[in-house]
Amino acid sequence: MSSVQAPNARGVGSPGRRTVYSLCSMCTARCPIQVEVVDGRVAWIQGNASDPAIGASLCARGSSGLPFEYDDERPQTPMIRTGARGAGQWRRASWDEALDYIAGKLREVIAEFGPRGIALSDRAGLFTDLTKSFMQALGSPNYVDHDVSCGQNAHNAARSIYGVGRTGVGFDLKNAKHVVLYGRNIIESFHVREAKAFMAAVAGGLRYTYIDPRVSVTAAKAHRYWQTRPNSDYALNLGIIHEVLRTEVYDKEFVEKFCTGLDVLREAVRDTTPEWQEQHTGIPAAELRAFVKEIAAAAPNVIFHPGWMVARHKQSFYVSRTALILNALFGSVEVKGGIILAKSPEDVGQKSLKKLVDRSPKVKEPRVDGAGTTFPACDPAAGLLHQMFAAIETRQPYGIGAYFAYRHDPLTGMPDPEALQRVLDKLKLLVAIDVRYSETTWFADVILPESTYLERANILAQVNGPKPGFSMRDQAIAPRFDSRPAWWIFREILRRLDKGEALDFETIEELWDYQLEGTGVTVAQMREKGSVSLAKAPFIQSRDKLKFKTPSGKIEFESEVLKKAGIPSLAPYQPVTVPTGENFFLLFGRAAMLSHGQSLNTPVLQDIAPEQTLWIHPERAKSLGIADGSEVEIDGGGRYHAWMKARVTPLIHPDAVFMLHGYGGTVPLATRACGYGVADQRLQNGKLFEFDPVGGGNAMTEAVVRVRPKTVKGAAK
Amino acid sequence: MSNYILRHDETNCIGCQACEIHCKTNKDLGPGPAPCKIVAVGPDLVAGKPRLHFVFLPCFHCEDAWCVKACPTGAMQRRDKDGIVFVQSSLCVGCKSCIASCPWGAPQWDPATRKVVKCDYCKDRLDAGLQPACVTKCVTGCLSFGVANELPDPRRERYARQVVAETTNASGA
Repeated sequence: MSSVQAPNARGVGSPGRRTVYSLCSMCTARCPIQVEVVDGRVAWIQGNASDPAIGASLCARGSSGLPFEYDDERPQTPMIRTGARGAGQWRRASWDEALDYIAGKLREVIAEFGPRGIALSDRAGLFTDLTKSFMQALGSPNYVDHDVSCGQNAHNAARSIYGVGRTGVGFDLKNAKHVVLYGRNIIESFHVREAKAFMAAVAGGLRYTYIDPRVSVTAAKAHRYWQTRPNSDYALNLGIIHEVLRTEVYDKEFVEKFCTGLDVLREAVRDTTPEWQEQHTGIPAAELRAFVKEIAAAAPNVIFHPGWMVARHKQSFYVSRTALILNALFGSVEVKGGIILAKSPEDVGQKSLKKLVDRSPKVKEPRVDGAGTTFPACDPAAGLLHQMFAAIETRQPYGIGAYFAYRHDPLTGMPDPEALQRVLDKLKLLVAIDVRYSETTWFADVILPESTYLERANILAQVNGPKPGFSMRDQAIAPRFDSRPAWWIFREILRRLDKGEALDFETIEELWDYQLEGTGVTVAQMREKGSVSLAKAPFIQSRDKLKFKTPSGKIEFESEVLKKAGIPSLAPYQPVTVPTGENFFLLFGRAAMLSHGQSLNTPVLQDIAPEQTLWIHPERAKSLGIADGSEVEIDGGGRYHAWMKARVTPLIHPDAVFMLHGYGGTVPLATRACGYGVADQRLQNGKLFEFDPVGGGNAMTEAVVRVRPKTVKGAAK
Repeated sequence: MSNYILRHDETNCIGCQACEIHCKTNKDLGPGPAPCKIVAVGPDLVAGKPRLHFVFLPCFHCEDAWCVKACPTGAMQRRDKDGIVFVQSSLCVGCKSCIASCPWGAPQWDPATRKVVKCDYCKDRLDAGLQPACVTKCVTGCLSFGVANELPDPRRERYARQVVAETTNASGA
């Protein structure tokens, strides 16, 4: 055991029964929960009933937090690698030893590369003030989030039109009459409040259109389902906008008053008729026309969802961009039943949390990944993870010697992990901080076990939205093993490098007091129900005061930022090269009980996780001699080959095959996930550095795989 | 049947299987036994449209329960006050007769205790004035529980709304 302990939050470990209000962490949606603790042991977890949007509801992953907590298959002490990277040879270390080791290596990296040679990635969200503070205190600009493998294209598209990022665009599902979803599998790859609101709205009469080459649960419940050709959705939107402008069903008054660049939009869709899009997407022109009529009748209570996981293809940025433009064309911005832009505490006359990041001087060094400069549409606050990885390899524009993967598993989340391993192997120091054995922890030099979300408290979170407020993850129980909360871990590293002032707090309550300074809210108030709302009702800006955070103050169909950089606001559509013969686009998705790669080792989740199958269209299967239920071989052109059962079904577009993501783990100590199923990311051969050049997201669904019937050894040819 | 009804409004169900985990974590069950189960039928193409059905299968708490009759030790019982069928674990010898006798496969084998476990409508929670775990934490609220005939049926109400909406639309067209 280490001589240094992290203090527990107040009340932890006390006898008797208590209710702790907190935030879930079984995926990154971070739903509000309440935890019933009996004599220091978690007895029950449910949604935070004081939040009417969630009530007591929780998903399978949320409830599995309890068996996750009492499972022993997770890092229990700091570990330092003794063999080759990824070989799985470790020794246990005390916290002092592990932290001293990291500090020593960081000093070497700083001597060789400067402080900018240190990078950190996490999965964005509510608590990045901590990780950003850590990086700023170190003197590095290279905080990067995971979003190139998720919502980056939608995020940067929203910035280019409305001047706010992806989470700045909210949806009033309750009052909407029609919602259009581009592969946003809203009731299967879901977070609880949104799925609950969505189904309640559907029960109340909401209609929705779902667009996806594959039938998901959301598709099966849709009023209209369009099975588009993979990666062709930009053509669909250009066709829709053409029809909207031609039939003049758009909200002329709104567009005139609040939008710029209608002429550029008109020009971009001049020839993209419904018939033109049909040859690319396969959606009949007549159906598109009927759709536009239906939407126009429901306007302005319509939502075109810009997407969540949109790391798909090289024009995904423009798919999100045109979806967001369609909202503006129908005047469904800042109205009931439309998209509602997030409000900060200041927008409703209150004060934001005091930022930890302001305790350190701003870093003047340029970012290593070119976000905001080489890639002008990309948010420098989020970075471009693949470009940071590229810099590790090329040392251009400068080198990176140390990398922290904090609760982030790029070897599962990013395409082509074999290529990424070669990159990471060039580092002087790779530290993984996590609550479980991920693929990345296993490849690291040092594993630092973070306490689970039930065993730790986080910094307070500010949640901007129609009703801005603050939320807290409080500590429910004492850590079961020799783990520590992240704020303590980062503080200890900084202290060892004489940069301790940035996070110089002895207890989490002291840190919270700092954050709450000047807000008029106290820690005691936060603890009452786990969150404090700063507005009584959802705030919708009145039309006469409506302004946007873009350079022009308007909704920019033509983005000034893009224009200045010589990037088209609406590029011409690049037709898809259709794979033929044994070749298919590889599409992937999620099941409701799985969060990426992080769920399959949780005992009760692995138990109910569906068996992975490869979905393949009957026509293509027939020509390849593949029968339903037979074994097929898949390869992506790299070293990794996989075998799995075929599911022959018309529910997948003929150009693609589909499988669930998050399977195929390789960490021996995670016994339930290890060797279970096929890792789709390992079939995305050569895709680590393939991305949308404007929005920055990885082009994962452009990966092509070869599918053949499995050959039986020794069988006659 | 017991006095209660545990209703599944399939239209509002997203098949997320959260109910299964709410149940298992409340009963402290590991991999294997599933006192309640969502069975997905589909998705399939029906007249060119994808359709998917979810069937919710807890225990039906039969009035004249096969499992109670089959149990040689008296472990499987029917609670007098409300008809809940439950296993008294201390009397269960793990013979699996109840599993064999149930037409719906409701009783479950728990490899951890080597005994039978089944849906008991979370009677400990009911006695404390709460709802069963699956109902309490259901994501969409498609599960509801109460004394039979005392609960409003969401299907009837939705049907009524639809009829009114169709009439209104037809007259407006």
